[in-house]
Amino acid sequence: MLEKAVNLKSFKSAKVAPTPKDFTELSEEEKEHLKLLGLDENLKREGEYVQVDAIPLLCKRKVEGLEILPVTEALKKYDWISDYYWKAVSSEKDEFTKAVAEDLDNGYFIRVLPNYKLVYPVQTCLYIRTDNIAQRVHNIVIVEEGAELNLITSCSVHPRIGSALHIGISEFYVKKGGKLTFTMIHVWGEKTSVRPRTGIIVEEDGTYISTYVTLFPVKNIQTAPVCRLIGKNAKASFISIIANHPGSYVDIGGEVHLEAEETRTEIISRNVIYGGENIARGRIIAKAPKVKGHLECQGLMLSDEGVMKAIPELDSYFYDVELTHEAAVGKIAQEEVEYLMARGLSEDEAISLIVKGFLTIKIEGIPPALQSQIDKTLELAKLGF
Amino acid sequence: MEKLLEIKDLWVEIEGKEVLKGINLTLPLGQTHVIFGKNGSGKTSLLMTIMGFPVYKIKHGRILFKGEDITELPPYERAKRGIGIMFQRPPTVKGVKLRDILKLCAKENKVKIEELAQAFQFENFLDREVNKGFSGGELKKSELLQLLVQDPDLVLLDEPESGVDVENIQLIGEMIKKLLQKDTPHKPRTKSGLIITHTGFILQYVAADLGYVIMDGEIYCQGNPIEIFEGIQKYGYEGCKKCLKRLSF
Repeated sequence: MLEKAVNLKSFKSAKVAPTPKDFTELSEEEKEHLKLLGLDENLKREGEYVQVDAIPLLCKRKVEGLEILPVTEALKKYDWISDYYWKAVSSEKDEFTKAVAEDLDNGYFIRVLPNYKLVYPVQTCLYIRTDNIAQRVHNIVIVEEGAELNLITSCSVHPRIGSALHIGISEFYVKKGGKLTFTMIHVWGEKTSVRPRTGIIVEEDGTYISTYVTLFPVKNIQTAPVCRLIGKNAKASFISIIANHPGSYVDIGGEVHLEAEETRTEIISRNVIYGGENIARGRIIAKAPKVKGHLECQGLMLSDEGVMKAIPELDSYFYDVELTHEAAVGKIAQEEVEYLMARGLSEDEAISLIVKGFLTIKIEGIPPALQSQIDKTLELAKLGF
Repeated sequence: MEKLLEIKDLWVEIEGKEVLKGINLTLPLGQTHVIFGKNGSGKTSLLMTIMGFPVYKIKHGRILFKGEDITELPPYERAKRGIGIMFQRPPTVKGVKLRDILKLCAKENKVKIEELAQAFQFENFLDREVNKGFSGGELKKSELLQLLVQDPDLVLLDEPESGVDVENIQLIGEMIKKLLQKDTPHKPRTKSGLIITHTGFILQYVAADLGYVIMDGEIYCQGNPIEIFEGIQKYGYEGCKKCLKRLSF
């Protein structure tokens, strides 16, 4: 029986969790786990933020033009932050936003100053290591005019943890001509519940590219980021790469409001179903003329035990728009398996390669460092049987 | 002469329909044999059965490769033992690059993939999704490149000339010659080939040692491949039927 709902009251506050002083207090197993998620000193990063349970353990800026702070400090430091705090996501949206508004643990504040184009990624990590806590996080990212940021967020739990809840509010602002490439790589546990609540506002000529990767078992995830393209020629891409395992309930959506002329978006999801239930939602709303949107959802069923639902929605309020969607759900083609077997691969190896290929999406505009982290996660997940 | 492949009284069905009816065939080491037959005669079924695809159900008979009975082995075990196949219409494998497959084909073979691809003017295809949007000639080159990397002892070629334009057929012929060691005529060959064709044009580029005609799942005759091909060109496959020189072993 899948558990789709979350009882907030059954979790303790993350603030009661024992606080590690620094990384040396984490076990070798945890350090190795985090390293695989991208917290690797050998990788080039412009800045880093690591939060363990409720506590920021690392917050480091390595280049000019970047501000990176725990959000609680940013709230104290900048009075103008009220222009961004709970402005892309309503604190009244649901019980999870209310829970964070009432009792915030922490989160990251990242701002790239105008015209600074950061070359290497900024890495953040929201890590839960204590049993049965709810981690309540609020993140704010501002990419100022003409600036560029590549952000990787790796969220995970202790490899041996029991139940946990992660609530992450994220508000992203891409100013005129700015570009934010946001890559989320989640490695949760089979007893973890996850409720991200994300709002994005993109101004004229701005670009937002979001890639969400979750390939490991999770108890349940429900999220549906809402993106508003408010300036002419703003663009947004949402890509989800999902492996749905037995016992996992994964409901991932994406909603893009095309509010200005010549805005465009694509929402692409690739879902491999080993079991559990997977819902791939996508909604594009044309609120201005001369806009374009494309929704694409593909599901690969590897078992009769799982459920896959593709729910695309296209809404238009103007005649001069171009909105399209395509969806396909099916099994692996036997001829592809046999083709690879004729080259010397066993059936399992062939299926694994086909699944990996299915989940490999060439993401336009994504920098090589982010792509390599996604590729590495695909390798780690050892897809197939 | 050492027998590389022996097929003994092979009867095969697909979804209850008999497609091969008592095939007998022996392929010695280092030789290339060609099988002629019109569409639907059972040519492709024979190659697919030799490769071991499970939809081809063997009802009776044995397949021996290097003296080992491989009748029950899955395709990858046959590939490991040295059998390789060129598909007539290979599928696209989404997201999988030609380079990925070549690396898998290479296994322990120390092949310089880049150099080999360059030699056959195919280096620009290495990072493309395998077979996606490839033209007829490009599909053949991709298949042959995979086989060159895999380096099998027995090469099964399914209609290697079909869909290939005149400009490319020469190059396809060169690739097949290399695969079958026909580019070094004075050395003793260790590679063998079984080529199926219904047009026979490939014979202009690759010499074969023996030819057969297959019709309605049965082998009707065997002999000099050029003579058989000329006979087919003159009298058609109906002429072969009239000849009624069905082989009995």
